Amino acid sequence: MTLALTAAERALIEGAQGPAAAMAMRIVVEAARLMGAASLVAVESAHLDGCLYHGDSGVHFAERMVALGGKAAIPTTLNVGALDLLHPGRVRFDPETAAMARRLMTASEALGARPSWTCAPYQAGHRPRLGAHVAWGESNAVAFVNSVLGARTNRLGDFLDLCCAVTARAPCYGLHLDENRRARIVIDATALSAPLRSLDVFYPVLGAFLGSEAGSTVAVILGLPAGTDEDRLKALGAAAASTGAVGLFHAVGVTPEAPDLETVLGGGVPEHRILLTPPMLRDARDRLSTAASGTERIDAVAVGSPHFSVPEFRALARLAHGHRFRVPFYACTSRASLDVIEREGMREPLEAAGVEIVVDTCIVVAPILPPDAGVLMTNSGKFAFYAPANTGFATIYGGLADCVASAVSGRVTRDELAWS
Amino acid sequence: MVVKGRVLVDGSAEGPLLMLNAPLSFWGGVDPKTGRISDPRHPQHGREIAGTVLAIPTPRGSSSSSAIMLELITRGLAPAALLLGEADAILALGIVVAREMGHRTLPALEVPVADLMRLPAGWLRIETGGTVRPSAAHKS
Repeated sequence: MTLALTAAERALIEGAQGPAAAMAMRIVVEAARLMGAASLVAVESAHLDGCLYHGDSGVHFAERMVALGGKAAIPTTLNVGALDLLHPGRVRFDPETAAMARRLMTASEALGARPSWTCAPYQAGHRPRLGAHVAWGESNAVAFVNSVLGARTNRLGDFLDLCCAVTARAPCYGLHLDENRRARIVIDATALSAPLRSLDVFYPVLGAFLGSEAGSTVAVILGLPAGTDEDRLKALGAAAASTGAVGLFHAVGVTPEAPDLETVLGGGVPEHRILLTPPMLRDARDRLSTAASGTERIDAVAVGSPHFSVPEFRALARLAHGHRFRVPFYACTSRASLDVIEREGMREPLEAAGVEIVVDTCIVVAPILPPDAGVLMTNSGKFAFYAPANTGFATIYGGLADCVASAVSGRVTRDELAWS
Repeated sequence: MVVKGRVLVDGSAEGPLLMLNAPLSFWGGVDPKTGRISDPRHPQHGREIAGTVLAIPTPRGSSSSSAIMLELITRGLAPAALLLGEADAILALGIVVAREMGHRTLPALEVPVADLMRLPAGWLRIETGGTVRPSAAHKS
């Protein structure tokens, strides 16, 4: 397919708005060509995943863009960096790495993006409207903005999100187009017990299952309770986007593009229908734990991937009330949510119980966990998925209440009842 | 036997075929300092991808994989070529950015999974324009 560009788009390549916009446009056009897009689409907002330090090459790219005069042309938020800028010392990098990580965060901000430093920008004031075309990076944020808000973005790689922000254009293919948003796989959860579906602990497991079964194919879930809250959908999408290349999922009666099954199938016949059974779910749950079965002792607990929201902090505060944790307990969040919990007077009692609040970054992207790797308990499907490779910790997956109970005793305590 | 791919990033290269037998996210799954598969859950954990013709039937995972690809290129630890079962704007984009930054790049082709599965083990040569063939020089 040949790519048709407008006169304005061609002018950008030719340098009408300076060398940074020209370089960004060359990369956007190249991405469009390699994905077979017929055109570009104007985008309203961007979320940039490129501010996390993975090596000097990314710093040099961002600094090149800044040096060439690059500026975000649309409202743009920033994903996590590798440093907790509000709590120096939380992240144990050597000075050289910390300096490079800082340079990358500085360059990202110099592009005119909002220093939100969160993987949940949608809970920090950045909420595109239904049907809006946007350019977002960070796999969980992409899954959320497509699925829960009904805005439209592909899963953009690092650098492409930045180039889209500078040009206000994205390659028009994939999830920008109606025909690619209809569901092609049905995942039927109606046979699972209502009590299981009423628990937080169910959602990351369902997401992990969906990601490994569906990959990049759009799936629709049947059987989620009406009014399933967005923190559960956030957890579902983050797990799905970890175990598979999920950019969009639907849930009938819950997400905006799935009022009923017929609509979300777009008149098509599903390629595949999966009736979920309790053993399938238990298997998906067990795959989120890498610690040897029978492990009793835990060394740390981490929550907040995606970043903990204010309602999640309230739930944690209720569970932790009156307790004192025996192991380090990390809660990763955004500055935006931290502001609210400080205003609501929640921070002090949480810290008194032993909660260590991490902002701007998180425990799987920066060295925050205790230096001697051991066993990490988490309620996050995404942490459970990435912690073994990124931190060396073995994982045990459980719900938030399980995590708190285990942190209090220092031993694995999980409510198995709902899974039987 | 010759396989033809759709060119994502053009170029020529050769190296030993490494066929991934399970999905792999480069972010969290490949160590950019060593060029090895670092995800302990991956069945090919510990294998070196540097210098290989890396065949990925189903690209997966984090959008930060572009950054890992760029870092592997700048450190000289990238694969010799990428053969993707489906076009992926994440890994190939790392190569596009490397070219903009003036680094050496590598060819990336989209090759239907059925064709990927027909590739013989051993050395492969990628020719400009998207042709993949066994490399006679290393056939033994």
